[in-house]
Amino acid sequence: MKLITAIIKPTKLDEVKEALQAAGISGMTVSEASGFGRQRGRTEVYRGAEFTVDLIPKVRVEILIDDKDSQSTVDLIVKVASTGSIGDGKVWTTPVDQVVRVRTGESGPEAI
Amino acid sequence: MDQVVLSSGDTAWMLASTALVLLMTPGLAFFYGGMVRTKSVLNMMMMSMITIGIVSILWVIYGFEIAFGYSSDSPWYGGIGRSGLGGAVNELTNNGGIYPIPLLVFAAFQLMFAIITPALISGAIADRAKFTSWAVFVTIWSTVVYFPVAHWVFAFGNKVGDTVTSVGYLAGKGVQDFAGGTAVHINAGAAGLALAIVLGKRVGWRKESMRPHSLPLVMLGSGLLWFGWFGFNAGSSLAANGIAGLALMNTQVATAGALMGWLLVERIRNGHATSLGASSGIVAGLVAITPACAFVAPWAAVVIGFFAGVLCALAVSLKYTFGFDDSLDVVGVHLVGGIWGSLAIGLFGTSAVNSIGLDGIFYGGGIALLGKQALGVGLVFAYSFVATLIIGYAIEKTIGFRVSSEVETEGIDLNEHAESAYELAGSSHGGKLL
Repeated sequence: MKLITAIIKPTKLDEVKEALQAAGISGMTVSEASGFGRQRGRTEVYRGAEFTVDLIPKVRVEILIDDKDSQSTVDLIVKVASTGSIGDGKVWTTPVDQVVRVRTGESGPEAI
Repeated sequence: MDQVVLSSGDTAWMLASTALVLLMTPGLAFFYGGMVRTKSVLNMMMMSMITIGIVSILWVIYGFEIAFGYSSDSPWYGGIGRSGLGGAVNELTNNGGIYPIPLLVFAAFQLMFAIITPALISGAIADRAKFTSWAVFVTIWSTVVYFPVAHWVFAFGNKVGDTVTSVGYLAGKGVQDFAGGTAVHINAGAAGLALAIVLGKRVGWRKESMRPHSLPLVMLGSGLLWFGWFGFNAGSSLAANGIAGLALMNTQVATAGALMGWLLVERIRNGHATSLGASSGIVAGLVAITPACAFVAPWAAVVIGFFAGVLCALAVSLKYTFGFDDSLDVVGVHLVGGIWGSLAIGLFGTSAVNSIGLDGIFYGGGIALLGKQALGVGLVFAYSFVATLIIGYAIEKTIGFRVSSEVETEGIDLNEHAESAYELAGSSHGGKLL
């Protein structure tokens, strides 16, 4: 089992979600995040005083997935979330030791 | 002489105006509250709210007597003693002449000015003033600064027959200030400058971004201020008449001019017209037209407003040059706008629109009127600035004016009021009822 973590542009969330649902994924967790990568910060102006905002809002998507579906899911997220411009985000996977479904107590791939 | 009888029309307008001016102080609370960070919005708004509480009580006890009493026959204060408003039922207002409105309505209307003036000062010391010390400051400042200065500017004396007693110093000198450019805005602006110096800079000033936490609240506040300001300016006519109509029209168009002026500066300088700029321009225009609203023609009001927007948009950066943390620009907006508006009467004033008005430079009146206006500006600025420095340092040395840096960093709302403004994510707080 793997945990896919994708940091994407907030505007791409709906497209990614719909593509993953169409691909048959069973669940996802979404949270708001902020950070920086290669994309530069933005400048905001308040009464003439300029502030650099270097932590930019992003969306973090987390998906638990069986090993065999991991690569295809990552590929799908990358394809859908891409705009080609800087700041599109990153996707990575980490191995997961154990998953338990709280309601039934099922564990392992059945719990995903 | 004909007996003056109560005018229901004038009285109705003054009752409504009084309510309009009261609304400005909660409006100011929103205007200021939106500009601070989430951890201090409640304290910012409460500084305005407690001013309503304190000044209303002072007014009934002695405030009205200091500002508008006749017992001293002094140009500097009305009288030392109780306001005695309980005996004023059915008495008509006498302020340089007998007005057909109840004295109690006049007293209530003037009370609203006494409330908003100290509330304006609070923007200069956002995020860092002990709440109790602020309450003490409002009490002392109202007593020794606002109430006397209101007498200088707004007290036209007690007229009995041809004898007029207890005329305020500036009113007697012929300084024109229809609704409080000097007594309210220069007064509050100078005091804000003094308090920003007494309390010092906020922790992290010019290092952290201190972005406004809610610009919609700021815009709500500026909208409420604009609405209430019609009572402030047009109500200062003390009658439902043509002068009130002139003041109302000028208030509208000057504010529109300032809104455009401020945005134009931003568009040229920074590339964007901002919502904070629009809100700030609105207030700058309202401030500048306040003294002038019944003495200039509407075209001049647009010009006064437009330049107020431009001047104040540039002036708010002065604090970075001089290094004082006037957090929400009481100086840049109220002091600068108040000075500009007061002096502008010396340029654009015309007796053509108001029989008690005088001609300024552009109407062939020479510089005499401008000189009078400069006297009003200079005297109120100097007195307010010096008196506020003394009051501020006295409070700082005795009970302390500023919260500790730990409290300031953690948030003044939690420490001074035991509240937080927003429960944005319920799960992140936890806790149970004790």
